[in-house]
Amino acid sequence: MELRSNEPTGPIEHRWEKHKEASKLVAPANRRKYNIIVVGSGLAGGAAAASLGEMGYNVQCFCYQDSARRAHSIAAQGGINAAKNYQNDGDSVYRLFYDTVKGGDFRSRESNVYRLAELSVNIIDQAVAQGVPFAREYGGLLANRSFGGAQVSRTFYARGQTGQQLLLGAYQALSRQIEAGTVQMHTRTEMLDLIVHEGRARGIVTRCMKTGKIGAHIADMVVLCTGGYGNVFYLSTNAKGCNVTAAWRAHRHGAAFANPCYTQIHPTCIPQAGSYQSKLTLMSESLRNDGRVWVPRKTEDVTKRPEDIPEADRYYYLEERYPAFGNLVPRDVASRNALYVCNEGLGVGPEVDGERRAVYLDFADAINRLGEQTIRERYGNLFEMYERITGDSPYDTPMRIYPATHYTMGGLWVDYNLQTTIPGLFAGGEANFSDHGANRLGASALMQGLADGYFVLPFTVGNYLGEVRTLPPLAEDHPDVKQAVAGVSERIRKLMNAPDPKYPPEHFHRLLGKIIWTKCGMSRNKAGLEEALLEIPRLRDQFWREVKITGEGEELNQTLERAGRIADFFELGELMCLDALEREESCGGHFREEHEENGEALRDDENFSYVAAWEWTGNPAEPRLHKEPLSFEYVKPSKRSYK
Amino acid sequence: MSEELLNLTLHVWRQNGANDAGRFETHQASDISTHMSFLEMLDVVNEELIEKGEQPIAFDYDCREGICGTCGMVINGMAHGPQKLTTTCQLHMRQFNDGDEIWLEPWRASGFPVIKDLVVDRSALDRIIQAGGYISIRTGSASEANELPVAKEDADKAMDAAECIGCGACVAACPNASASLFTAAKIAHLSLLPQGQAERRDRARKMVAQMDAEGFGGCTNHGECEAACPKGVSLRWIARMNRELVRAMVKADTPIQRRDRAS
Ligand SMILES: Cc1cc2nc3c(=O)[nH]c(=O)nc-3n(C[C@H](O)[C@H](O)[C@H](O)COP(=O)(O)OP(=O)(O)OC[C@H]3O[C@@H](n4cnc5c(N)ncnc54)[C@H](O)[C@@H]3O)c2cc1C
Ligand code: SF4
Ligand code: FES
Repeated sequence: MELRSNEPTGPIEHRWEKHKEASKLVAPANRRKYNIIVVGSGLAGGAAAASLGEMGYNVQCFCYQDSARRAHSIAAQGGINAAKNYQNDGDSVYRLFYDTVKGGDFRSRESNVYRLAELSVNIIDQAVAQGVPFAREYGGLLANRSFGGAQVSRTFYARGQTGQQLLLGAYQALSRQIEAGTVQMHTRTEMLDLIVHEGRARGIVTRCMKTGKIGAHIADMVVLCTGGYGNVFYLSTNAKGCNVTAAWRAHRHGAAFANPCYTQIHPTCIPQAGSYQSKLTLMSESLRNDGRVWVPRKTEDVTKRPEDIPEADRYYYLEERYPAFGNLVPRDVASRNALYVCNEGLGVGPEVDGERRAVYLDFADAINRLGEQTIRERYGNLFEMYERITGDSPYDTPMRIYPATHYTMGGLWVDYNLQTTIPGLFAGGEANFSDHGANRLGASALMQGLADGYFVLPFTVGNYLGEVRTLPPLAEDHPDVKQAVAGVSERIRKLMNAPDPKYPPEHFHRLLGKIIWTKCGMSRNKAGLEEALLEIPRLRDQFWREVKITGEGEELNQTLERAGRIADFFELGELMCLDALEREESCGGHFREEHEENGEALRDDENFSYVAAWEWTGNPAEPRLHKEPLSFEYVKPSKRSYK
Repeated sequence: MSEELLNLTLHVWRQNGANDAGRFETHQASDISTHMSFLEMLDVVNEELIEKGEQPIAFDYDCREGICGTCGMVINGMAHGPQKLTTTCQLHMRQFNDGDEIWLEPWRASGFPVIKDLVVDRSALDRIIQAGGYISIRTGSASEANELPVAKEDADKAMDAAECIGCGACVAACPNASASLFTAAKIAHLSLLPQGQAERRDRARKMVAQMDAEGFGGCTNHGECEAACPKGVSLRWIARMNRELVRAMVKADTPIQRRDRAS
């Protein structure tokens, strides 16, 4: 396997333009001769399918939900960045590029990040023209806010529902193409395998989730925009259906998987209330602007009511440890410190599985200083949501928060064209690894999904088709197709007929999640990762032996759907631990306890300034590592410090 | 808030496909924590059913945080259950008492055929949007975003209407199974913005024609939709939709083609 990034060279501000000029085009009249499969209808997939359909290609788009509008992009609250400099505070494409490379802890490709920053401005234009109701100032112009510690106000937002409104914009554009007949939408249809023919991606195998029917869809190329793999942790802020299956099946066919150990743990989520918990809810990071984070200083106080703990016995650990940034330290630092204080036995809230894992986020000072009305205006919706879930009112008692998995920076390796290592297989949005390095800045995933979907893929897909011109027809009864279909049916048969069926699939998912969370989560070490690498295969064997699924395969069967996804999470989980073990440094969301200095992450640029791209070898314990070296011509690697 | 454990009796609608007549089945839910969400309570019941070798209750969900619009069932006769402005997935068990009997049914509407148990087919809502619920703008051809200011008041109102999550509770709650609130919300969102003006007339006619073609009933002002809506989408959008329609009809010169529901 050869990793060729295909980045253009020359001055960075001209690279994308130059690349486009050198690319092949498909004439409008020829486009309808090409069939393109887009899996996913989130920001990346929805935007790509709509744009490609509008250009005149024949598009088949797939999603597992009952409507394209429900992709998990819908849940993004905070906002989307763009280098518009509307606030006249010195923002520019270059500054957004710079912040993103630095925020990614120097583990991303400069050319890609520059393009992302460049395209950010077009996204806002497009969304506004579609009718996305972004927040506005009294004068009628677009409003911005500063987000995630950025020094400029470049974040656009639509109340607390930015992802929803951007996705509805893409969904409506997609609906227009469905009406026009250029896109055919397949909802409640899950991709379970990739069809590769003569070395090129030529289709997918799907299961209709209403009838259980397995079928093949053949095309000239396949684009995967299937989102992130955060659900490997079982508990995360992802939707329950989010999965790695599509990407993992591609990986097993030869698509390299990059940086799987880079995951982002968000510090402000509502903690787990019991062992039955099925997901975690994110609370906007903006809460840390006014809330103070603390735990009791003494372990004997953790069961007391917070009101009864005197000021002197409260440990404002972020303010004490990071006087310059205090409660506003970056996500990874805030998360890791919450972990440490809970490990020290200072966690609060109810015991779950014998542990208290929560810290307080206290608004009492802010309410005293600014008045309850101001706090209500700023955070009213969030406080209501918190109360609905926990039964407590943050106006009266501190919130309890704990970190949760939120985003996965790793994903399918792609070149500058967003093509994977399988020709004809492209990946966009959270499913690829491309732009965020080891750590993603707030409000930049929406930007990346839409940049990929509206502006990059429509172009690079055309370039691929222009290069290959005509592909030989592939019949449904060709052995490559039949084999893929038979493989999927066989796997379902195996899942439905485990030799010693005992437990529902969630039982295993919870156990897997716990291993990954404790040993490959916010803070990792060699011994823990090695343990995980023994435990995961053991649990996986047990899963295949004891998973219990009732009902039939040929009907709506949600237990079967989940079991198939969990089976893939087992293999991915192992790769995450291998990747984390191999990366003997700390960078971004990947913190190796052996590599720190005064508690801060210690990067090793000399030895680890590369993308780790893993090749499937048939044995999940022995994938092959390929390295794409990273070089920094513009933003010189520096140390992140928040002390 | 303190935790209590509840014991509940569930009467759940079970139906295997659109052709099955369907029936209620009774299940016990024991030791349910008041901190659980309603769907987590059903997860517990389902895991027990699977362990006993029985089929779990099918119900739709995805985000479990009240934004994707996937979940939804009628709980004791109320779409999304007893708590105002709350989706089924955000409903928590502290809204119930020990010993309660809970009746669970799917959204019932001829526009929403049952797929299995509490899972229904809401693709009709997608087809209403496909009929015209968008602004036609080619990718990459948009002009500078701040070129056209939008009064804050209009933008805020458009956002109010745009909050609809497409869950279908309004249809389930309506005695006529009308999809008016859903349809009106999208018409309002787009017609309030300057960007949405060019297609304004046709949009209203096409979307309403599609709503009728899908077999949804007409609006006779019961207001149940607004009461059930988890996002507080306002009834006044329906009045606005009717005005849009009158405007459109007056100026219309071409009839709208109704499409098949299965298209
Ligand atoms: C709670 C939350 C809040 C966030 N807030 C922000 C924010 O404020 N700003 C920001 O920039 N980012 C935010 N993010 C991150 C951002 O929302 C996501 O990274 C981004 O939306 C992902 O978009 P996507 O198109 O790649 O994937 P998704 O939107 O997840 O779409 C995936 C699509 O793939 C389909 N799919 C998946 N697997 C299969 C399969 N096997 N077969 C068929 N179809 C499949 C799904 O049906 C879906 O249509 C947030 C994320 C979360 C979870
Ligand atoms: S109007 Fe309200 S009830 Fe109806 S679909 Fe939209 S969110 Fe659901
Ligand atoms: S599951 Fe998404 S709104 Fe309830």
